[in-house]
Amino acid sequence: MAARITRRSFLKVGVAAGGGLLFGIGLPACQREQPAAPAAPPPFEPNAWLRIGSDDVVTILVASSEMGQGVMTALPMLVAEELDADWATVRVENAPVAEVYKNPIIGQQLTGGSTAVRAYFTPLREAGAAAREMLVAAAAKSWGVAPETCRTDNGAVLHPDSGRRTRYGELAEAAAGLPVPATVFLKDPSEFRYIGKARARVDAPAKVDGSAVFGFDVKRPGMLTAVVARSPVIGARVANYKDNDARGVAGVRKVVRIDSGVAVVADDFWSAQRGRALLNIQWVEGSNANLDSAQIRARLTAAAKKPGAVARAVGNVDKALAEAGKRVDAIYEVPYLAHACMEPMSCTVELTPDGCDIWVPTQAQTRCQQTGAEITGLAPEKVRVHTTFLGGGFGRRSEQDFVAEAVQIAVAAGKPVKLLWTREEDMRHDYYRPATYNVLSAALDKKGQPLAWRHRIVGPSIMSRVFPNAVKDGIDNTSVEGAANLPYAFPNLSVRYVLEDPGVPVGFWRSVGSSQNAFITECFLDELAAAAGKDPYQFRRALLADHPRHLGVLDLAATKAGWGKPLPRGRRRGIAVAESFGSYCAQVAEVSVARDGAVRVHRVVCAIDCGIVVNPDTVVAQMESGIVYGLSAALKGEITISNGRVAQTNFNDYPVLRIDEMPAVEVHIVPSAEPPGGVGEPGTPPIAPAVANAVFAATGKPVRRLPIRLGAPSPA
Amino acid sequence: MIALQVNGKPHELKNDPDTPLLWVLRDTLGLTGTKYSCGIAACGACTVHVDGEPVRACVTPLSAVAGKSVTTIEGLSPDAAHPVQQAWIAEQVPQCGYCQSGQIMAAAALLAHNPKPSDADIDRAMSGVLCRCGTYQRVRRAIHRAARGKAGAR
Repeated sequence: MAARITRRSFLKVGVAAGGGLLFGIGLPACQREQPAAPAAPPPFEPNAWLRIGSDDVVTILVASSEMGQGVMTALPMLVAEELDADWATVRVENAPVAEVYKNPIIGQQLTGGSTAVRAYFTPLREAGAAAREMLVAAAAKSWGVAPETCRTDNGAVLHPDSGRRTRYGELAEAAAGLPVPATVFLKDPSEFRYIGKARARVDAPAKVDGSAVFGFDVKRPGMLTAVVARSPVIGARVANYKDNDARGVAGVRKVVRIDSGVAVVADDFWSAQRGRALLNIQWVEGSNANLDSAQIRARLTAAAKKPGAVARAVGNVDKALAEAGKRVDAIYEVPYLAHACMEPMSCTVELTPDGCDIWVPTQAQTRCQQTGAEITGLAPEKVRVHTTFLGGGFGRRSEQDFVAEAVQIAVAAGKPVKLLWTREEDMRHDYYRPATYNVLSAALDKKGQPLAWRHRIVGPSIMSRVFPNAVKDGIDNTSVEGAANLPYAFPNLSVRYVLEDPGVPVGFWRSVGSSQNAFITECFLDELAAAAGKDPYQFRRALLADHPRHLGVLDLAATKAGWGKPLPRGRRRGIAVAESFGSYCAQVAEVSVARDGAVRVHRVVCAIDCGIVVNPDTVVAQMESGIVYGLSAALKGEITISNGRVAQTNFNDYPVLRIDEMPAVEVHIVPSAEPPGGVGEPGTPPIAPAVANAVFAATGKPVRRLPIRLGAPSPA
Repeated sequence: MIALQVNGKPHELKNDPDTPLLWVLRDTLGLTGTKYSCGIAACGACTVHVDGEPVRACVTPLSAVAGKSVTTIEGLSPDAAHPVQQAWIAEQVPQCGYCQSGQIMAAAALLAHNPKPSDADIDRAMSGVLCRCGTYQRVRRAIHRAARGKAGAR
């Protein structure tokens, strides 16, 4: 039985005869705002997650945000599984913001940390099971038979002894009058008919005909469009401004000052843009006015001399390093990175006599509600959050800056307002993936066996801003994840963290700390393997004896990639493995390096162990996705600062991977009965080190800095 | 007043002639299937057809399409049954979906000119259409599928 009961006070009653498990449940009631139309019979709504109409339509609510990762399909599959629903009758809706929809792992309604399936795996199955039980009870009652003699199949209750069959829609009204069961049976995995079988995405049809509504596409009666002139320098403020010319532009309705700058509100985007171009703003540039990348690097380098906080300590590293037979030392650096979602930030706000409605592509519904309440002074429950499709998220859309701006503008304008960001603003006003500076030393003993590993991470902390209480004893776990949990068996091991914030805003970026720490640790491990004269794959294997799931994906990726077998001329392989978000992922990259230093990735073989798989095709797609996102960063991504400003502006100077650079990606899933792990992020960490290690193999020179740039001197 | 056809329907528009076609489509005509992402013809999300040719609507002034025929994703087929759209479903291409209108319009234009494109042809025609979710491999498969005429839902 795979269902795990965590963080909820479920009472396990016993194993049922059918192989399923019996659970005591506490499903909250639905919190719908509007009653059904009086003419239609009320739908059967046993809990907050589903309703069944007399027309057989099963409507399932999804509390997580659909940003490409497939939650709008995978989460309803969990309800449908235990309900024995007919998938053809399933419709999916985004849930409103409410207590009952909070992500049990995070404690907020928030999509992040690759938690959606992990968090809702059991609650959604229970919701479906409870509804199924009530439908069976209703059918049994109407037939005058014992519920135990009935079964369910594809949206209907059956009584095999008499051959009777009733559809769920016909039972909806009667089931609505029955008590919600205190205990439910969950299926044994051997009984699954939806979980584990590839299912077409629910959202795909709307995404091929242009009808999917993203944040940019929201339309409200009487709505105006706003753009904001923001500080060019990080943290600058408006001193004063003149808006006479802007107001003279046809279609411009209002110019209002907000915390982050000056907003131009107009009938449409183009009028607002033209108005903004005519604003005359004086800025107080503040303390960041002279900040630049060289200064930031100098600051991180200097801070590396501080002792830092202990993230992990085993044995006596300093002593072991002093006595080592062979020692390797290196500095590894990664730059700031933008998220660059294809859809720039946007948010639509409408103030009504009784509250505030926010239509927003957000990963953080609870925070949006708080943001709206704080700015308007309304009680949180008066702030309604309507989640649209997200044109990419990657962590960026958990932030509140664009939501706060939109609410402030709507309050000032007194009209429904849609705030749109341009690409340039999106690029220059992001919360960036932290730049870090890393000092590493490792040693082999006199027989060539791994003896010591020391890693000091220097960089800014995301949690210090987002959730300061989570930073304990100087450690931000998101800064050291992927480094402090190094799986390799070193008898002496030290990982320390020096929190040093040069002032550039930082935020969660797909796979967060693991996105950079996997590069740093997996590449430095290859350096150590080279020092030991060992094959990098075999070197890892020998150090992972106590980590079977790491070993499992490593072996699978190596085998499928043909590790050790001949390659086409000029190609080399690199391998890397990483655990993140409850899943294990290994990748082998086939790479060639041209004479001019151009790096070409030809093929990536990926093995993923994410426990029980809900929708296998989604897992494959998310590995492809995580790899491409990580490849863009490894080969191209770099945000630099000049005169306090982000130097990059658009896709012309912040390039991302294109189709002609796309390697052949092959994904292999490890069959598993373990609880579900994350899928949205774990594909990203291994790709940069797999590629960099292949480059190391090709050139003999370790890659210690991202993005990978060969043949040209690195900028200081 | 600028006259043009959009998805087969005639329109006479009073917008400033410099207004990019993208914002005329989205804000004046309410056709939001065509997306804004970069505004400088660097990403392809706004790709539409003008007299059958793929064009970046974000840098095309309204005046440049006077008297011409514009097709957007909404007008590619009446029922999402264009072979490219069907192939897109069959290969389960979309993830976040934001770039997909541009991908599909670029692919449809490619196939209209070149019914059996090679991988190199696909690279040439599609390398200007960015996707951050990493759907490229499936985009390629879907174009080949549409070319084979083997579309159809799985």
